[in-house]
Formats: sequence, structure tokens, C-alpha cells
Amino acid sequence: MVDLSLLPDGGASWLDASGDHADIVLSTRIRLARNVEGYAFTGRARDGERLRILTQVREALPHVPALANGVLLRVDEMGPTDRLLLHERHLVSKELAGLDLPQGVRSGAALYLSESAGVMINEEDHLRLQALRSGFSVSEALAAVMRVDRELGSRVPFSFHDEFGFLTACPTNTGTGLRASVLIHLPGLVLTKEIGKVLAGLQAMGLTYRGLYGEGSEVVGNFFQISNQTTLGRSEDELAEHLARVVRTVIEREEEARRVLLRDAGYIIEDKLWRAYGTLRYARSLSFDEAMNFLSGVRLAVGLKLIIGLSVYTLNKLLIFSQSAHLAYAEGRALTESEANLARARYVRQALISEAGSQA
Amino acid sequence: MLCDECKEREGVVSVTKMQKDSMTLENLCEKCAAARGIETTVTMPKHPLSDFLSGVQQQLGGQQADAARCTFCSTTLREFRNSGRLGCMHCYGTFEQSLRELLRKIHGNSRHAGRRYEPPAPALFERSSTLGELRERLRRAVETEQFEQAASIRDQIKGLE
Repeated sequence: MVDLSLLPDGGASWLDASGDHADIVLSTRIRLARNVEGYAFTGRARDGERLRILTQVREALPHVPALANGVLLRVDEMGPTDRLLLHERHLVSKELAGLDLPQGVRSGAALYLSESAGVMINEEDHLRLQALRSGFSVSEALAAVMRVDRELGSRVPFSFHDEFGFLTACPTNTGTGLRASVLIHLPGLVLTKEIGKVLAGLQAMGLTYRGLYGEGSEVVGNFFQISNQTTLGRSEDELAEHLARVVRTVIEREEEARRVLLRDAGYIIEDKLWRAYGTLRYARSLSFDEAMNFLSGVRLAVGLKLIIGLSVYTLNKLLIFSQSAHLAYAEGRALTESEANLARARYVRQALISEAGSQA
Repeated sequence: MLCDECKEREGVVSVTKMQKDSMTLENLCEKCAAARGIETTVTMPKHPLSDFLSGVQQQLGGQQADAARCTFCSTTLREFRNSGRLGCMHCYGTFEQSLRELLRKIHGNSRHAGRRYEPPAPALFERSSTLGELRERLRRAVETEQFEQAASIRDQIKGLE
């Protein structure tokens, strides 16, 4: 199994809830799609070409201070559980982990991770430079990833076109190659049934939303990923600032919805959230979807200060570490679905006992 | 998972039902959810490219456009339409006209307004692979029966050797 202790902060520092609005916004991610000159794009490249790209980038890394003291993981040499583990930790995409590619993981697929930023190598594009931050931290994430872009781009020649900008395999990424996204928890808007309007509004503003794991994933536990849809015709700063501005409004709407819920349905909400807590605290078997939904309730209760003494950091950890590959990793073996449900309930229970929530 | 109500269609909406002293989780299909007045507007957006790509098809039409093929990676316009993915940076030159239109439709603009970029001078990075790359291109050209192209690549390889 992959040794996660080798990763800077276990690759999970974004969970620490240190960022702005951390009870509502879990994380901010910005990625830049880049391709290396002289090779066909990843999907069209031969095994040998992808391995050469990996070598070329690897040789450049020591000259990139923005990525100092990192670790390179050969995703293509990992088993499926380890690849799923990295995906669950939001460190690699489904595509890089080869989770839904018919031919499995691609040769040359790798992840480089340092404390401040990372690079996925041989994803849909040769390189996906990324910075992941706790909470609502758009400008910090942007500064970190732009620095990697400048430094790595002065060592490795990126495909750039005078009119179209940075060239990517999919035309939806052409130009800046920038996708900024925030992972946001919106139970208030879902419960007050305002969410449909808000999501429609996002699309009118050139933004889009997805589920917990990005492209093609379901919305579970009221977690949404909001990101920019267009990448061309506006500068990196403008794209990031536009997203930040809209997300700020969404946060305000969510806070307003929560005030309305407390005012108009106080005891119903309180009862519902404590029941969610009770289930997590005492259940002996929990499916993933169940756990996500109840964790969403408890997270809301903590945000409303109905439950105190439970940290957002613990809730974040529960969200990530109660996923199946993480449970298998902790148990040191593969688990069947029913074994995973038992292990999940045990893990959640213990975390809640050690940090007992108390009534406000 | 099948819908808990009709047990026919795929359940897409998960409903938490609160009763006096119990809480149940139900899985409903869109139709049964709508019958109970549950909003199902929280659906995933369609793949943003599918509409655009079929648009490009109509716009260009004809075999002439289909036959356009990138000389570097051998991707054809037809393949691009099917996969939504370009094969290499040179595809942007090969399909420039139709791509410009497509980019305008997707982004509302085709002119990059972000960071400008100059690749580093070749001395700064390793390029030991030119010969290997040419051989890859030769293999692709032969596979796709572009013999003129193949001959010119073969000459380049000879020159380097």
C-alpha cells in the first residue's frame, strides 16, 4: 500500500478548517491545464511519449522552488485501492487514477505533491498544476498555482498559441486552462428549496456546479463544487475574482437561509439535526450515502451552534476518512461493502466519542 | 438502485422522511418524486460540449470537412467530434477555422486575455527525443495510410541519423 505518511501533511492539510468561512466552504482548488510542446496530447500519446513527458517534468522539478520538498508518486504503479485512496483524498482526479477509463490507469500517470501545490502528470492534459487550500481562499490558491506555472514553464516548454492561449485537449479548457472551484456545503438552501434558483443563477453567471468529486459526480450530503465554466477571453485574475464574488453571494444566501430555518422551523430543524447526530453516534452500520447525509446535518448543527464542542476539522476528517478506500487503508485489508459499513459506523462513533458534542 | 415506490425506474432522488419518532431514507425516481411534489431540479448539467459539437457538425457538414486530418497526430475532424478531444497542439492549426467558431460558442470569445507565455530556449530543457518522436509520427502516418506524409518523415529521420 502507498505510504501516505510520506506526503507533506499526508496530503490532507486542506482539511484543517483554517481558511475563511470554513464551516460552509470546505476547500478552494485552482488548477491550470498545460501541455508540453512536441508530444501528442495524453489521450493520443504512446506509452513511450508519456514516459518521456514524466521524465522531462521530473528533471525540471528540482529547479522549481514553488514545488520544493515534494514527493512524486507513480500512480501507474499503484493498485486500484491506493489509486482510489488518493482520489478520495481529492489529490488526483478520477481520470488520472484511471478509475473510469476502460483500459485502467495510463502508463506514466503520476502525482507530484509539495506543501503548497501539486502537479498531476499525464492527466487528460500532460500537466494539471493545482493548489488546494482550506476554506474560501481563492486569491491564495491562485497565487500559489501561478507561481508554479511561471517557474515550471520556464523549464518545460508549454503549448501556447498567440490567439488561443494555452492549448488543451478539450476546448472547454483552452486559453487560461484555469478552473477555480470551491467545495461548498449548502444544506440551508436545499432545505428551504432555494437551491434550484441559486444553481440556475450560477449558470447564468457563467459558472457551473458538480458533486463532491468533480466532473460527473453526484451531489451527496448537500456538498456542491462551484467552478468557472469558461476559460478563454478573460484573465486568470478576472476569472478567479468573478468566481469569488459569486461564491461570496452564495455564502450570504446560505447564511440567510439558515437564519430563516431557525426562525420559522426552529424545533423541527433542531430535532432533525440531533437525530442525525444520534444516528452517527450510535449506529452500528452506515452506508456511505447515509453517513454523508447525516454528517451534512451535524455540520449544519455545528454551523448553527446547536451542537458545540465538535470542530469543523473533525467533521472534515470524518467526511474523507469514512470513505471506503480510507477505511480499507485503516483496516489494512480490502473490505466488502457490509464490512465497510460496519467499519464506517465504528470509525464515526469513535471520532464522535473522543470529541463529544454537547448541547448549546 | 431502483425507485422505492414504483420499483421500475432508477432511483435518482434520495428523500429523508421524518415521522413522529422515526426517520427513513427513501430512494425515488424522478417521476415518483415529482408526483409527491418534490423538486428534482438538482440534476447534473449536461456535458457542455455535446451541443456545441453537433453544431459544428451541421456547420461544416460534408465529407470535405471530415477528411481534414492533423499531420502531426493524425486526428481527424470526425474523431474530434466523436471524442470531444483534440489530439495535439497542431490540431489547433489544422482545424483553426472550426475551432475558432467552437471556442466562441463555448467561451463567448476566441482571444486569450490571460498570461502571455514564451517557451524557454531549447538549451534550458532536454530534447533528446526528437528521433523517437519522428518515429512515432512515422508509425502513425503509416497506420493511417498517409504515405506522402510518411515519406517526408522518413526523410527527416534519415537526415538526423
